[in-house]
Amino acid sequence: MTTKILTARMEAHPEDSHTLARYESTGGYDALRKALAEMTPEQIVDSVKASNMRGRGGAGFPMGVKWGFLAPAEPRYLVINADESEPGTFKDRQLLERDPHQLLEGILISSYALGVDQAYVYIRGEYPKPARRLQRAIDEAYGAGLLGENILDSGFSLDVSIHLGGGAYICGEETALLNSLEGRRGEPRLKPPFPAVEGLYAKPTIVNNVESISNVPWMTLNGGDSYAAIGPERSSGTRLFSLSGHVKKPGNYEIVMGITWAELIYELGGGIRNDNALKAWIPGGASAPWLVPSEHLDTLVTIDDAAEQGTMLGSGAIVVMDETTNVVAAARNIVKFFAHESCGQCTPCREGTSWLDDILQRILDGQGRPEDIDLLLDVSDNISPGLAWPPAMTTICPLGPSATAPITSIMRWFRPEVEAMIPMSEVASA
Amino acid sequence: MSNPISHWSPANQERASRLLEAYPDRRSALMPLLYVASLEHRYASDDAMEEVAELTGITAAQVRSVATFYTMFKQAPVGEYLISVCTSISCHLLGGEDVLESVEEAAGVEHGSTGEDGLFSVEHVECIGACGGAPAVQVNYELIEGVMPDRAGALVGWLRDTKPDVVLADEMQQLFGGVRSFDWGPTEAEGAIRPVPAFAPYGSAREGR
Ligand SMILES: Cc1cc2nc3c(=O)[nH]c(=O)nc-3n(C[C@H](O)[C@H](O)[C@H](O)COP(=O)(O)O)c2cc1C
Ligand code: SF4
Ligand code: FES
Repeated sequence: MTTKILTARMEAHPEDSHTLARYESTGGYDALRKALAEMTPEQIVDSVKASNMRGRGGAGFPMGVKWGFLAPAEPRYLVINADESEPGTFKDRQLLERDPHQLLEGILISSYALGVDQAYVYIRGEYPKPARRLQRAIDEAYGAGLLGENILDSGFSLDVSIHLGGGAYICGEETALLNSLEGRRGEPRLKPPFPAVEGLYAKPTIVNNVESISNVPWMTLNGGDSYAAIGPERSSGTRLFSLSGHVKKPGNYEIVMGITWAELIYELGGGIRNDNALKAWIPGGASAPWLVPSEHLDTLVTIDDAAEQGTMLGSGAIVVMDETTNVVAAARNIVKFFAHESCGQCTPCREGTSWLDDILQRILDGQGRPEDIDLLLDVSDNISPGLAWPPAMTTICPLGPSATAPITSIMRWFRPEVEAMIPMSEVASA
Repeated sequence: MSNPISHWSPANQERASRLLEAYPDRRSALMPLLYVASLEHRYASDDAMEEVAELTGITAAQVRSVATFYTMFKQAPVGEYLISVCTSISCHLLGGEDVLESVEEAAGVEHGSTGEDGLFSVEHVECIGACGGAPAVQVNYELIEGVMPDRAGALVGWLRDTKPDVVLADEMQQLFGGVRSFDWGPTEAEGAIRPVPAFAPYGSAREGR
């Protein structure tokens, strides 16, 4: 049996799943009605805690636990992270375009639970269509008395506004996002204080991902414990994975965690294009260390199993590479991304990422020197001492350390291939 | 006090005041206002930044420091059509660089620059959230997925020949696109009138054919 929570409506009603009429005719806003009429805010927080759901934005932090940290000061804010910029990730785009009312109902219930009367949705600037779809949903909701003052005569009021980003990956980091929303450069803040205590305008703020909040209506209707009962214990619920690269059937797949990577890549993804051999895959967005078929095809897709393999499910983006892939070029592509997106506050990140980029480019140009192998690892170790995963931090945010993931991956799994690209490297290893 | 944006269109002036009221702190309207100002000035020009500074009550230097942090506030005039080609990992694996090359060739413009006639600007960009439909391209931030290099060249030719007033993703996808990240569902009526994300509150969206 397949359980679909997030994508059930858009699959059943592809022609109009984004409209209020279709949403309401398929049970939409029943959860809000239930919450406002029958539940206290505390009961909703308890239900979210009981769900054991771990955030879908990348860090995998339990949503209920985060909500529990919200400080009592007022006003408080709810900010939805729709910056989705981690290379390989395109799931929130589908949720925004195809079922914006599901997110909006999640925002409404969450705001009621958290004592919030103003929510912001920070959508990356390159997502105008998702922004338009959500704005239309917001307009429809105001028109129907589902947003604004005294919603459904409950006494609860909420305003929701969309804020477009300006093209900066780092604004997906929650404190950079808050700075950006305040009209500042998108530079991550030092923590503590955490946003739940001092966030937007220094007020208590909860930041959650689009997919995380889109689960709240279902949890509210069916109970957090029913959500917890889906899938493995510490990876509960369904999850939307973005599958891309050299697979036959790329796309977003909503699955219950706990299947194997082989099932995900070969059954859901239809296998590798041209029936080529699988070389490696990135299991959780560009920031994640890679996995390889010889070791990992039969391991499980859960948050904890990924951690055991020294990587993460991150944003749920799986990028598949076949045998034709030049792994040094792929690693350089990812390192260049981080070099470009570094906000520049921390020296190891700002300088280290461009050094790594330069060294990899030199190797690709056939100008690599035997000592470049050690240099790559040495520079990486300066950004992220010990090269462990999750990485040790010398920086304000995890962006810098993430840039070492492709380096350690190619060194661990494809070192002979990297060495072979360096003229005379056999001399060095002799 | 004089109105720093009295020369803006009345509709954009009204949008500006609505955006300023949308936040507890005026400064939060900075980025949205930069988009509206970019419509008025074709890019985030010195004048645009000064006007936004006056509206938000901070200095022009502060606005510049923010504007230059983000890639979508352009520091030089942009062409009628901004063509952005993704070269991040999923697109890279499926030929994004080749797509970029054929766009450059067809437009006669190198990435990072604007043609002399002001018709095209070309840039390569990091992941635009269309990896399941790689390689992906945007025209004025409207998306086309599964664009093969030859179709990308044809897209540029079509833009040059038809010069659409409103750039529509569905229309371009149908003509030049291929594999998509997911079923897009029904056709979208609104599109972009300029190289600014097409979003009604910012005045940058309009219904097309
Ligand atoms: C460099 C960086 C980029 C991030 N990008 C995103 C993003 O695009 N979307 C997102 O939801 N979370 C992103 N995050 C995670 C957020 O900081 C935050 O943990 C998340 O929004 C919390 O929501 P969740 O608990 O519901 O996952 C990013 C983190 C880092 C360090
Ligand atoms: S690690 Fe990099 S991106 Fe993060 S705060 Fe430091 S310089 Fe900025
Ligand atoms: S990598 Fe090109 S759209 Fe994501």
